[in-house]
Amino acid sequence: MDTTHIRDGVIAAIQAVAPELEADQLRADRALRDQVDLDSMDWLNVILGLHERFGLDIPESDYARLTTLDAIVTYLDGRLR
Amino acid sequence: MLEFTLPSLGADMDEGKLVQWQVAPGQPVKKGDVVAVVDTTKAAVDVEIWFDGTVHQLLTEVGETVPVGAVMALLLAPGEAAPPPDAAPRPAAKTGAAAAPAAAVAPVRAATPTTAPTSRQRVSPAARQRALELGVDLARIAGSGIDRAVTREDVDRAAAGRAAPAPAERAVEMRKAIAAAMSRSKREIPHYYLSEPVPMRRALDWLRVANADRPVTARLLPAVLLLKAVALALRDYPEMNGLYVDGRFSASPAAHIGVAISLRQGGLVAPALHDVGSKPLDALMRELADLVRRCRAGSLRSSEMADPTITVTNLGDQGVQSVLGVIYPPQVALVGFGRIAEMPWVDQGRLSAMPMLSASLSADHRVSDGHRGGLFLARLREQLQRPEEL
Repeated sequence: MDTTHIRDGVIAAIQAVAPELEADQLRADRALRDQVDLDSMDWLNVILGLHERFGLDIPESDYARLTTLDAIVTYLDGRLR
Repeated sequence: MLEFTLPSLGADMDEGKLVQWQVAPGQPVKKGDVVAVVDTTKAAVDVEIWFDGTVHQLLTEVGETVPVGAVMALLLAPGEAAPPPDAAPRPAAKTGAAAAPAAAVAPVRAATPTTAPTSRQRVSPAARQRALELGVDLARIAGSGIDRAVTREDVDRAAAGRAAPAPAERAVEMRKAIAAAMSRSKREIPHYYLSEPVPMRRALDWLRVANADRPVTARLLPAVLLLKAVALALRDYPEMNGLYVDGRFSASPAAHIGVAISLRQGGLVAPALHDVGSKPLDALMRELADLVRRCRAGSLRSSEMADPTITVTNLGDQGVQSVLGVIYPPQVALVGFGRIAEMPWVDQGRLSAMPMLSASLSADHRVSDGHRGGLFLARLREQLQRPEEL
């Protein structure tokens, strides 16, 4: 299944918090927080952005799985099915 | 007649440039209303008024840079009648001659690219309105109208042609301002530093349960627990919470905690969350989120910039294990938190893994000693073992 729209939504949610991020420079398989300067408030805002875009309440207990862009897309894809 | 002067917006700020008036002559204002937007080296700040009255005359022009203490506007006190026009107040008031003490604080400004005085600049009312709408700095526009008056077209041209408002220049100015404040701190304040490991299992467990019941929009961050715990601990240690001015310390009855927030483009600000000790966690979380958002958007209020009574820095969020901070004068203490990470923990001879947090205190020997500082940190540690009280 095509997950492009999920990927675009995730990148948009991150860019809303970190406008300096250039999408083509983000390595999708590497830890997000090593590549983007996100503190805990920023991260909460990313989660809120995903909540607004996809209508999903992401519990804190799932944060540990959301390490890379790929992982977030896979997670959301699973939840949205 | 009441005078509205540019308030101090922190120890590292000695002047501001008027970006916008939010009021007009004849308009009534109440204490706490935002009357002007002033650009500082750190951010554009919404400046609030601290008395009730009716705006009589605006003395500072948009684009003008004035020192802290300069009279920017005159207001009629409630019930006061407007004076006849010939009794109009002396325009000399606006040069801020009365502001000598403030100006004396920081002669560090030699390299500042001061805005050319705009008092003689002619601006058409339409252009002024347009500049306000577009957020264009009139002082930087060369007029093409009669007598070099700035026209509406000039403003449009300037707005179209301008790049982002020189972030590099602001970064340089902010770095200078931070350096000046921190140099003053290290010169004047005899710091002492303490740190204490804090077990965080109870606080994190409590938070996990609390957040499980909350929608994502109301979720709490550990930072909010830490801020509240600091405020409660300060009640027993007032000598950490207040301002040292003119050789004298005065403790503050409430904990207005300056929260160090790093800006994405570099630099940092530490605006205040007011009266942290008396607010429930949900309210604090909302206020903290709002503060961070407005910091990043550059719309802080003058009361937030001016009056923190202690600062908390939560540098651990980005990964350091501990932080020993520099006190922000005229405050007398700074609490620093490192990262929360699992560490070996021995309890009654048994080894286990425990989420630990390093809490540090930088405090001022003119006001307190390490003994009291240590007791304060112990009180803070114990408070975090009772998260349900927060």
